[in-house]
Amino acid sequence: MIGHDETPMASPADGAACGPTADVAAPVMTDEMGDPAPAPEIVAEDDRLVVNIGPSHPSTHGVCRVLVELDGEIVTKAEPIIGHLHRGIEKMAENRTYLQVVPLTDRLDYVGSMYANWAYCRAVERLAGIRVPERAEYIRVIVCELQRIASHMMAIGPAGADTGATSLFMYTFWQRELILDLFESLCGARLTYNYVRPGGVAFDLPDGWAEQCRTFIDQHPSAILEIDRFLFGNVIFRVRTKGLGVLSPEDAVSWGASGPVARGSGVDWDLRRDDPYSVYPRLDFSVPVGERGDCYDRARVRLWECVESCRIIAQALDALEEFEPGVIKAEGLPRLLAPRPGDAYDHIESARGSLGVYLVSDGTVRPYRMKVRSPAFVNLALLPLVSVGHTLADLVVILGSLDPVFGEVDR
Amino acid sequence: MTFVWGLLWGLAAVMLIAGGAVVGVWWERKVAGRIQMRLGPQQIGPAGVLQMIADVPKLLFKEDIVPTGADKPVFRYAPLAVFAPVAMSVAVIPFWAGWAPLDSTVGMVFYLAIPSIGVLGILLSAWGSHNTLATIGGLRAAAQMISYEVPRSLAVLSVIILAGSLQPTKVMDAWQWWWVPLTFVGFLVYLIASIAEMNRGPFDLPEAESELVAGYFSDYSGFRWAIFMMGEYGAMISAALFGAAVFLGGYRWLPGVPGLVLFLVIAMLIITVVMWVKWTFPRLRQDHLMTFCWTVLTPLAIVQVVVAGVVALWL
Repeated sequence: MIGHDETPMASPADGAACGPTADVAAPVMTDEMGDPAPAPEIVAEDDRLVVNIGPSHPSTHGVCRVLVELDGEIVTKAEPIIGHLHRGIEKMAENRTYLQVVPLTDRLDYVGSMYANWAYCRAVERLAGIRVPERAEYIRVIVCELQRIASHMMAIGPAGADTGATSLFMYTFWQRELILDLFESLCGARLTYNYVRPGGVAFDLPDGWAEQCRTFIDQHPSAILEIDRFLFGNVIFRVRTKGLGVLSPEDAVSWGASGPVARGSGVDWDLRRDDPYSVYPRLDFSVPVGERGDCYDRARVRLWECVESCRIIAQALDALEEFEPGVIKAEGLPRLLAPRPGDAYDHIESARGSLGVYLVSDGTVRPYRMKVRSPAFVNLALLPLVSVGHTLADLVVILGSLDPVFGEVDR
Repeated sequence: MTFVWGLLWGLAAVMLIAGGAVVGVWWERKVAGRIQMRLGPQQIGPAGVLQMIADVPKLLFKEDIVPTGADKPVFRYAPLAVFAPVAMSVAVIPFWAGWAPLDSTVGMVFYLAIPSIGVLGILLSAWGSHNTLATIGGLRAAAQMISYEVPRSLAVLSVIILAGSLQPTKVMDAWQWWWVPLTFVGFLVYLIASIAEMNRGPFDLPEAESELVAGYFSDYSGFRWAIFMMGEYGAMISAALFGAAVFLGGYRWLPGVPGLVLFLVIAMLIITVVMWVKWTFPRLRQDHLMTFCWTVLTPLAIVQVVVAGVVALWL
């Protein structure tokens, strides 16, 4: 909006659409305002080599830049530099109505859009005091557990590809593809779903969808076993990832790690069980926990979580049959939500960890402030801690095991 | 006159390697496709066989980019230093009873020595690119290729001891069927060390795409890149032909033309196994690679040499 007022085309209507700041004179960018913070530079000590990994690199899982200082092949410093995918989603949300923010949350964690949808909707529901029908909660659980499987498949496959087992990628992607097909028939989108809405979900399950979903979860555990044999049974993979990038449980807790990264270190913490939300208390599932906190355990925790997700989906599908079809949204929702002034925070267990959304309302139809507590961001901060002392080849494996999604890191 | 013949054979070897690389790329894409639940190329020609004929002109006409910071002459001619030794090594492979393109009396040593020059080309290309990732790849390649020379040479030594000759055609004349079980460990050591020599998975650390993008040829494009690819496939073809001949008997199983066909089929099977391994296994790490070479392969090769030596005493 810099210099917006000076353009002759600007009309009051344009200004109003841009929110309250458009009324005051837009600040002119000058040198006094200071340049954006310069990217940190690593100056090599003695005869060490500084290598720039990224932002465009085959295995940074997005647009991450890591400045690495190498002593031979050993990493002595690693500095993740983020912000290459910053789109200002939290700021953009301040100029959208509550319903219009949902598609923005799709773009946060583009590997697990359902989660961001859900976390945001839970915050809105808490803010506005909306009671979600039980049937919609079961549908949310089903799609989000499917999303967890899809997201973990996206983590395990590239974890293999980082070590060079490129074929495994296709096997995990095949499973993810089946889930995306299910989502496509559910809401028409394969990546950015805009499906979970404040007060419920957007569409009811199409005819025969539950059966297709059952077909998927019936075949999924055998596919998991095949992946288990293919990757985790491979001696090269085991030798490479066991004892690699060890994260102690104390560090995991004090750095705020969550999700499979924390559980791989033996931190038995899962919001679905420990801060129960939605209908999870009624479902029977266990939380896989690792022991050593290395890349192997982190990947393996993800693998077994997929099996647990299958169990949850099966129970939720059974429970869904007892409801009258058609009820998917809270009754009496206004078209334009305008919650009372106040704030609300709610978090859910996403595939990457505890994903929280903080919302402040000033009583208008747009949120005054939105803040996303991103598990990917917190987990990525562990990279220098766990990767120093390992080789360059292992750095990318460790980065992959933290499973960052940069849409969510940079927001 | 010798010079003219040499020139002709040289051309033939280059054509063999280039043609083999074209077929090899197609075959690899098919093998990888099967392993990855895909079909591989299938649009151009039956089963996509003409795909590479479409790809070669594309590579030829691509822009030839030389990075600004590169050492230009070194960067330009390093691919040739990688490709030439591979093409030369084909010269001593015995294709027919008593006949090899260059039937040298020290052919076996020639075969082991000449491909080692390729590491020089890789180092030159890595250094000439003036790129940190390429430099790391080049240094990895140097360490790896020089180390794996040792078990590879020892494995071939066992056959040389049994045959009592360094001349490839003489080795083939002396070959007996029971050498196959006797030198099978040697053959496996030779095959694994050869995979490491040609920088293919799971030993493709010099060009590890997950951390080094493409390693020593990161900055290459167009036809110079294609020469690297031809070098890699050429090394695979050459190693498979040599292994099929001296370890597995090559043309000796059947007389005449069927023997030659069988020889090529065995080599083809070896190439398929090499591709299969690449698309199945994760990549080793540098320290594991060296440990594997010096504590597993080299002792195994020495044991094989001792076994061959003891048996040779009784021959």
